Amino acid sequence: MNTPLRKVGMAMLVMVVLLLANATYIQVVKADDYRTDSRNARVLYDEFARQRGKIVSQANGEVLASVDPSNDKYKYIRTYADGPMYAPVTGYYSINYGAGGLERSEDDVLNGSDPRLFVRRLSDMVTGRDPSGGNVRLTIDPAVQKAAYDLMTQKGYTGAVVALEPKTGRILAMVSTPSYDPNQLASHTSKAQTDAWNANNKDPKKPMLNRAISETYPPGSTMKLVTAAAVLEDGKGPDTPIDPAPNTKLPGTSITLENYAGGACPGTTFKDALAHSCNVPFAQFAGALGADKMKKTAANFGIGQTDLTVPMKVAPSTVGPLDSQGALYQSGIGQRDVRLTPLQDCLLAATVANGGMAMKPQLVQSVLAPDLSTIEDYSPTELTGTAALSSSNAAILKDMMIASEGFTKGGGKRPDIQIASKTGTAEHGTDSKNTAPHAWYTAFAPANDPQIAVAVIVEDGGNRGLAATGGTVAAEIGRAAINAKLGGG
Amino acid sequence: MGQPVARSAEPLAAQFQTNPPREVPTRRNTELVLLGFAAVIVTIALVLVEANQEQELTASILWLGLAYLGVLTAAHLAVRKWAPYADPVLLPCVALLNGIGLVMIHRIDLALAERAVQNGKDYTPAVTAQVLFTVISLVFFVVVLIVVNDHRTLTRYGYTAGLVGIVALALPALLPSSLSEVNGAKVWLKLPFFSIQPGEFAKILLMIFFASFLVSKRDLFMVAGKKLVGVELPRARDLGPILIAAFVCIGILVFEKDLGTSLLFFSVILVMLYVATERVIWVVLGLSFFAVGCIIAYNLFTHVQQRVANWLDPLATYDQAGGGYQLAQGLFGLGTGGVGGTGLGAGRPDMVPEAATDFITAAIGEELGFIGLAAVLMLYLLVAMRGMRSALAVRDTFGKLLGGGLAFTMVMQIFVVVGGVTKLIPETGITAPFLSKGGSSLLANYILVALLLRISDAARKPAARPKPQQQPQAPIAEAHTVLVQRPPADGGAQA
Repeated sequence: MNTPLRKVGMAMLVMVVLLLANATYIQVVKADDYRTDSRNARVLYDEFARQRGKIVSQANGEVLASVDPSNDKYKYIRTYADGPMYAPVTGYYSINYGAGGLERSEDDVLNGSDPRLFVRRLSDMVTGRDPSGGNVRLTIDPAVQKAAYDLMTQKGYTGAVVALEPKTGRILAMVSTPSYDPNQLASHTSKAQTDAWNANNKDPKKPMLNRAISETYPPGSTMKLVTAAAVLEDGKGPDTPIDPAPNTKLPGTSITLENYAGGACPGTTFKDALAHSCNVPFAQFAGALGADKMKKTAANFGIGQTDLTVPMKVAPSTVGPLDSQGALYQSGIGQRDVRLTPLQDCLLAATVANGGMAMKPQLVQSVLAPDLSTIEDYSPTELTGTAALSSSNAAILKDMMIASEGFTKGGGKRPDIQIASKTGTAEHGTDSKNTAPHAWYTAFAPANDPQIAVAVIVEDGGNRGLAATGGTVAAEIGRAAINAKLGGG
Repeated sequence: MGQPVARSAEPLAAQFQTNPPREVPTRRNTELVLLGFAAVIVTIALVLVEANQEQELTASILWLGLAYLGVLTAAHLAVRKWAPYADPVLLPCVALLNGIGLVMIHRIDLALAERAVQNGKDYTPAVTAQVLFTVISLVFFVVVLIVVNDHRTLTRYGYTAGLVGIVALALPALLPSSLSEVNGAKVWLKLPFFSIQPGEFAKILLMIFFASFLVSKRDLFMVAGKKLVGVELPRARDLGPILIAAFVCIGILVFEKDLGTSLLFFSVILVMLYVATERVIWVVLGLSFFAVGCIIAYNLFTHVQQRVANWLDPLATYDQAGGGYQLAQGLFGLGTGGVGGTGLGAGRPDMVPEAATDFITAAIGEELGFIGLAAVLMLYLLVAMRGMRSALAVRDTFGKLLGGGLAFTMVMQIFVVVGGVTKLIPETGITAPFLSKGGSSLLANYILVALLLRISDAARKPAARPKPQQQPQAPIAEAHTVLVQRPPADGGAQA
């Protein structure tokens, strides 16, 4: 019996050798494939254990997102100063839910895997220094952000504020209210994360929605800036006479389009029509211009661009199909299928402020190495490359907007700052006459040397209900943002 | 087993022995030193885990290590008393495996506890139960050493063992799921206070049955039956009982969907048949049956198809229900561990489902790397080879068969486990002896080792010097004269 026993012993040896050979194959030959597989969450956990880069603001380098050491397996915890205020800017960084907003779009820089940080990573490896990610410096001006956010939350408004530097496209503020606290999502306590996530998602006001760039709204009368630009480009001057009738029929239908409050237009010229935001003349202008000219001007403002990133993806704005005179009439005053993001709406004012040329909005000023030395600076680029209107026409439109501001109500006006603006009151919903309108305000200042362009939307008229207008609800917030930039607060 | 010396000559030879046979060394002290060594390694492993998991390092670790050494020493003393000639390497190897298993289970406990805290739940560490099972297992280990003072007595209970084994194996299949199913595996017996996996014990009982059956029927098997294509087939009536037994337990296992145990039983029966009959035809026949069985099972059962699909490409079926997620996670862990491992307590073995049971070798491969995994495999090989050596050396055929079977089981189990985890063979889900969490497996394998120790004791024990035959004392009146040796020269003869 010993012979077969010996053979079984040999078989046992062979079995173990097979196991060893196979383990070698898995753990030596194929190890890298398995280690780096995207589904291997160990890599992710390693990333969480790395010191993530900071997100800092432009003006004074105020730190918006940072890391603190934590006494658990992740080593560092993400912290956000003024979390809710900057949440639309910074986004969130969560173990369970991944990253959102800028945390996601600049993830490579922040976690240190960006190729521009390669040399540094190599030296970290050699010197044994704890690897850390690069930093991101934003274009955000904390004063503007704070002024807009504080006023929006103080009034309890749901909506968004965007402020741009017209000459460069740098985003000075991006506010979305109500907001959420990314600190809760960054918590290392799974329960706290889950609770915060669920609470945010159950909230009917959708606090995690970045209304400034991810949501589109009917722009209402602020769209008249586009129509006006097209009219000016079409060769008409500010004194072109208009039809002051209180209402008009949409061509080919029996639907009546009327001015705000159903009154006749107080003026008789194109300039008056914009200042008083008369609907009938603008509808007729749009109808006379035709779809092509409207679309071309809109496109030069950036409307219809689908691949805009700041570097977060921006929802595309649209003027709709404009396939009939009726559609043109309504679209000319920002109704029907026109949908703009607040960022795009801000671009309308910013483009006029910049002499007709739209600048590409950008949120990241520069990418910094872990030691804060600059790796890459972003320079301003033109958004479409084609001016939406000539600089002389832009100057004309600016004057018309200054006149408009003169008739606009709302608080926050300062005698020392000249603002050019346009308000909007956008009807929406299935029963538009009985749904509180969205209140818009888009402006730039100082009118003669524009430093800031701003757009404000307050959803459903804020607290004024059906009586809300852009002037009474939104203008005050826009002016507060402008004052924060120009008047020192 | 022939006696080396004629019995009648013995008393005389003993009287004149000037050069008595040297004492066979028992090597018990070697065993004790090796046990101490195992305890030190386990203690260091525990320290590493605690340090890497940023637990507070206290003197209690030292006490734990000493307690472990104490428990082992108790087992050692039992071996010293009841199996003094047993192989000195077996127990320390097993103790080391058991200790590494405990440390690993504790390490996974820490990870799961942290996760539970994050989810606001409670977590009961599994390691306390495992420590308790270790102590209970060692008690049973000692009991088996004492009760089975000669392994040959087990032949008397061959059929009883076979019957009990089959019943134990079949019980979970017959009982309602509420009493027998845990995580989809219908292999449990849920008792009021604890659950056992009767299959683990059936494994040993059936081996005892097969060994005793084969020993008694061995000659019949050696007799050739019909010749078929130049190959001598055994006679059907000799095959009968063994085929029935084999089919019964394999049928049960297929019914219970426990492929790993099924594979284990089948291969062990095959090996024992081969050893008993010394004929390769059994292996050929068995493997053919196995191949046919595999094809049938593959076409019949979707869970078999799923396992094969997972085996061929676990990453492709990663997201499917019952897909390769677990296997892929295990492979990710093994790959992340690489050659040297992440270090004890510094990896993330808890990301693999069932890390403490079926996938504990993946956890070891991750944290101790290929080196650690290879070391563990070597420990198993050492246990099996020492067992095999005892089987070779022991003098009775039953001991040889049983020892060979037990030793092969050890390697076969680890082959199925590690092969499954490392994608060598389809994953089937059985526990790694001594390492995995689970009382039944631990207890059964300790009993297995107790039997191996018993056989090795019998193998190394010097042939018992037969006691001088006590001549029945004849009544003095009827006694005949006895020739007595001449006394020294100065004394007179005393009749």
